[in-house]
Amino acid sequence: MSGCSDCHGCGTAPVLAFPAATPARTVAVIGPPNSGKTTLFNRLTGLRQKVANFPGVTVEQHTGVAALPDGRTVQLIDLPGVYSLSPRSEDEQIAHDVLTGQRADTAKPEAVLLVLDSTNLGRHLMLAAPILALGLPTLVILNMADDLRKRGGKLDLDALAAELGAPVALVSARRGEGLGQVHEFLAGVMPKPAPKELPVLQDVPKCRAWAGKVSGQAAYRPPIPPKWTRRLDAVFLHPVAGPAIFLVVVLAVFQTIFSIADPSKDAIDRLLQISGNWIAHVLPASPIRSLLLEGVWKGVGSVIAFLPQVLCLFLFIGILEDSGYLARAALIADRTMARVGLQGKSFIPLLSAYACAVPAIMSTRTIENKRDRIATILIAPFMTCSARLPVYALIIAAFIPNQPLVGAFLSTRTAAMVGLYALGFAMAVATARVLKSSVLKSGRTPFLLEMPSYRWPTVQSIGLRLLDRSKVFLRRAGTVILLVTVLLWGMAKVPAHNGHAPEIADSLAGAVGRTIEPVIKPLGFNWKIGIGLITSLAARETIIATLGTIYGMEGDENSPGLQAALHHDLTPGGAFALLVFFAFAMQCISTIAVVRRETGGWKWPAFQFTYMSVAAYVGAFIAAHLIR
Amino acid sequence: MAKRPRGKTGKNRGSALDKNFGLADTETKMQLSGNSAALESFPASLVDLRRGDAAILDGIDLPRDDARRLMELGFLPGARVTAGMSAPGGDPRVFQVDGSEIALRRETARRLRVRPEAGPARDRDPRRG
Repeated sequence: MSGCSDCHGCGTAPVLAFPAATPARTVAVIGPPNSGKTTLFNRLTGLRQKVANFPGVTVEQHTGVAALPDGRTVQLIDLPGVYSLSPRSEDEQIAHDVLTGQRADTAKPEAVLLVLDSTNLGRHLMLAAPILALGLPTLVILNMADDLRKRGGKLDLDALAAELGAPVALVSARRGEGLGQVHEFLAGVMPKPAPKELPVLQDVPKCRAWAGKVSGQAAYRPPIPPKWTRRLDAVFLHPVAGPAIFLVVVLAVFQTIFSIADPSKDAIDRLLQISGNWIAHVLPASPIRSLLLEGVWKGVGSVIAFLPQVLCLFLFIGILEDSGYLARAALIADRTMARVGLQGKSFIPLLSAYACAVPAIMSTRTIENKRDRIATILIAPFMTCSARLPVYALIIAAFIPNQPLVGAFLSTRTAAMVGLYALGFAMAVATARVLKSSVLKSGRTPFLLEMPSYRWPTVQSIGLRLLDRSKVFLRRAGTVILLVTVLLWGMAKVPAHNGHAPEIADSLAGAVGRTIEPVIKPLGFNWKIGIGLITSLAARETIIATLGTIYGMEGDENSPGLQAALHHDLTPGGAFALLVFFAFAMQCISTIAVVRRETGGWKWPAFQFTYMSVAAYVGAFIAAHLIR
Repeated sequence: MAKRPRGKTGKNRGSALDKNFGLADTETKMQLSGNSAALESFPASLVDLRRGDAAILDGIDLPRDDARRLMELGFLPGARVTAGMSAPGGDPRVFQVDGSEIALRRETARRLRVRPEAGPARDRDPRRG
């Protein structure tokens, strides 16, 4: 039997024997966007969650284990938020395929938890029709019971259950109310639904009429409109105050990410140094010690150092999204983004990309339009990420004397830095324009943005999100960078001379540097910079560590020794070219890996890498010839 | 919506509104309702509604799939749609429909035909209150 892995021969027969001791039932959680589905999923599963991608698509698959009071467990699958099951978007396709058992990688669920917003029952009940039509045992969960109560709405649960022919539970996932009924359903004999009637599923007006009739039978009294949401919107969407608040929020996010970057990086560096010293002390001098210290520790360190920033960013996004402000921010940003052919929802990922393109690209998930999403992914790495910062800082400090430009406010160095940020931004905008008017031209899919009511974000939901993100970040990005660093370390150590590591110029790494020298000569770079360019393919800031190793000193961006050494190898024109090269090139294996993952194949990362490399080469060539 | 139905010709737009929807911000697009000659013609699409205005959705002039998506969000023919807040400049604008608030860009809102509240759906017949 396909799609039915746990039992044999059940086929289409109704569930006859229900083995009470079956260890893991699989139950799907589904609901429209903004129904609190994920909050409920988090409530039920807590820390026992796994995030993966459905193979071949960009949709995330959240699975988790819910522990029942009697000690048994149930496997829950959190399906994407959908308004219907008619498979038009990727999300709906996934939801449809999982629920009908058409995905080989996911066991067909035995039952469904249908999560609906009780404060907007009329519309949300529309999804009940296709779900009940599946014939799977279904618990209809009316979420946000606290809101409903507070705003004076009510309904007759028994009448609704009779109408739908399925059990109904009124819960508040945020407050943990009513979860007992959910547990009861999961633990008990799950009956098949027997709705009194179902509408023609393809006909939306008929579905809505059915939903209206059902909620009418259940004496549903909709709650009064959320007062606070109206009041807050009057401020947040005010023609003058709205954009001002928007700017303050954006700057606060930006500023915090930057201000947390240095101390957290220093702290992690110090931690690595201490542990590195300890290893150096404990282990005898050997290739293994050298591998651990120079390869693993440096490799792991360069990744972990970004974790606090990534977490900080997702903390902000989490708060903004869960509170409902993100939708308003997208609304305000939409017109500006529309000028380059993108939409409001692209704004936050692009802002995030100033910290790091990896979480930024992960956060493009909020963009439902696939072409807009890919365009955002493609331009995100042009934003000046924090990994470029140390490289810029080193080269600017080495080549630009620090002089006041506009009094005490703006020095030449700051101006250079700001200029590089502007350069990346301009390139991103130009690229977006080109992409959106050619390969990624959106059809006429209308831009739709639901404005959820404002809510307090819960600590649990944000905490779990941060945990998720750190796991994904460390696993995906960490493995790649670690591998490359170790590989490079190896290449710098062979061929050995009399049992000693070779001079860097004679090593395999040096040979590679010399091989590419003719290609980069026109940009004003020599083979040493060449090695740096190659190592920085793994991660941009690796060039500093690499140059440090090559010059035989500590790779610290503030080291005057390294700055002085750079003067020997780079002309001012070459330095400018190097800056432009770093502004445009996609030197980040983590980004390539995450783009591959998010776009579900090699096509887009390959295109992006080629495009950015060409842009970097041409840009650097022009730069090298502008300044002599 | 705790808002009572309003005059359909838009004569006293901007007053007697739900207090949560104050005066419409600086918009000049409602030329057609500014003089008595235009009183006859009711705004033809959602774009013509100002903040606080409500109308009944008549039809959606969009490809089938797009129209379906809008209908799933509550934009069903016959539904009462109220224009709400907007981004600066009036685009996109939030519309209240079927218990939800959905933001639409002007280019989309233009495709949603509306008729005045109350009275049978006789498309754009001259009609006075």
